[in-house]
Amino acid sequence: MVNTCGHCCTKVEDLTVKFGDNSILDKVNLHVNCGEVLGIVGPNGAGKTTLLRTILGEVPYQGRIIYRLEGSASKKPKIGYVPQKLQFDLSSPISVADITAAAISHYPVWGGIKPDILEKVKSVLSLFSAEHLLKRRVGELSGGELQRVLLAIAMTPEPDLLLLDEPASGVDVKGLSLFYQSVDDLRKKYDISVILVTHDLTGVAGFADRLILLNRSIIAEGEPKDVLAKAGNKNVAV
Amino acid sequence: MWQYNFMHNALLAVLLVSPLFALLGTMVVNNRMVFFTDVLGHSALTGIAIGVLLGFSDPTLPMIVIAVVLAVSINLLKGVTKGSIDTVLGVLFAFVVALGIVILSRQGGFVKYTGYLIGDILAVTPKQIGWFFLIAAVVLVYWHICGNAMVLTSVNPSLARSRGVNTFLIETSFTILLAIVVIVSIRLVGILIINSLLVLPAAASRNITRSIYGYTLWAVIISIFSGITGLILSYYWGTASGATIVLIAAGFYAISALLGRRLNK
Repeated sequence: MVNTCGHCCTKVEDLTVKFGDNSILDKVNLHVNCGEVLGIVGPNGAGKTTLLRTILGEVPYQGRIIYRLEGSASKKPKIGYVPQKLQFDLSSPISVADITAAAISHYPVWGGIKPDILEKVKSVLSLFSAEHLLKRRVGELSGGELQRVLLAIAMTPEPDLLLLDEPASGVDVKGLSLFYQSVDDLRKKYDISVILVTHDLTGVAGFADRLILLNRSIIAEGEPKDVLAKAGNKNVAV
Repeated sequence: MWQYNFMHNALLAVLLVSPLFALLGTMVVNNRMVFFTDVLGHSALTGIAIGVLLGFSDPTLPMIVIAVVLAVSINLLKGVTKGSIDTVLGVLFAFVVALGIVILSRQGGFVKYTGYLIGDILAVTPKQIGWFFLIAAVVLVYWHICGNAMVLTSVNPSLARSRGVNTFLIETSFTILLAIVVIVSIRLVGILIINSLLVLPAAASRNITRSIYGYTLWAVIISIFSGITGLILSYYWGTASGATIVLIAAGFYAISALLGRRLNK
């Protein structure tokens, strides 16, 4: 367990999301403290990704999402987001430098990347040993490489809350343990809160501080091993 | 051939329109909007028809209104539909073409409008060139301000939103801009092939480049080169300029596809 500042940074109260008459999330309550990793597991269609999208502000909802930053309860936090996958044509001529520069600077990448921005891009990527990928096309990266690049982007500027959507998908065991190690270093160093949605039960058990079993509403919450045991008892396929 | 004023005007129009189309085309191809822009181009038929019904002497305004309404509606529909909107686009395509033809062909009058189908660059007027200049300036400013946001949105909308991009605004403004540029250029290249001019330079450039900068630069080079070569050849061959330009661009696409295979080996 990591020593955190103990403050609750993000609090979700009675969160309900409906698409038409269909309830995707029903009265979900959760909180994440600073420096804490909250794992969210659940079967397909349980509303895990919808929960992240709601926190990102993409989905209309009922209930409250409250952030407490440096004593202020209303300030909007900086959110870093690592998507599960990119939804674009893999043959697109978009390089790692392009996507990083487009995310961290306003100077348009179609005019070429200026030397000072390129230096910044390199230093951002070097945080996660990804600077050698600079000129590679994004579509050519392996799952693990893409995740390191996306994590580097999500960490610039340093966020208050980091959302990770299924980092285990498409990544081999070695890549995944490297990824967990990087995120672990980050939250210790910067005291950021992390919400991690995953299917990787073995990995998340050793990595998350707390775990939530979600299936439209919260089925179980607590220490990872207890939650996983409950999931087994309730026969919820996660 | 350059002793003729109309060739000077045509050359100016090509120099303004071709880089514009290349630029817009890079995003159309990246965002898989090729069919979408084809629907926009063909909606011109309905636009002209409604202009005729309402008694407009120049149907440009109703054409733009129809195309913009269509573009924004499709964009809204895309937001609420899960999966591909391919079929919806197919239905809309059929509808706008059929409606336009039905209205324009009343009492066998369609032949008056066939000029819109293949266009005529040589008939471009200095006033139209002025408009193209203005539109090119607007697109350049837009590209400068929204370029990075468009790249992020095309890669992953949620990622773009987490970086503070209003993706709905970006997508809507881009489709409106696209609708306007396509419609005002229709008199030059014609409804039938306008989409090829948008798609070919970007598609060719994509085969041989690995970064956004290279992609944009080569699309613009291929587009301008095809434009000028096509215009000159159409003069000597006595053929429609728009179609000749498209043929040259298609040649570039074929070459780039072969080169791309070698580069990626």
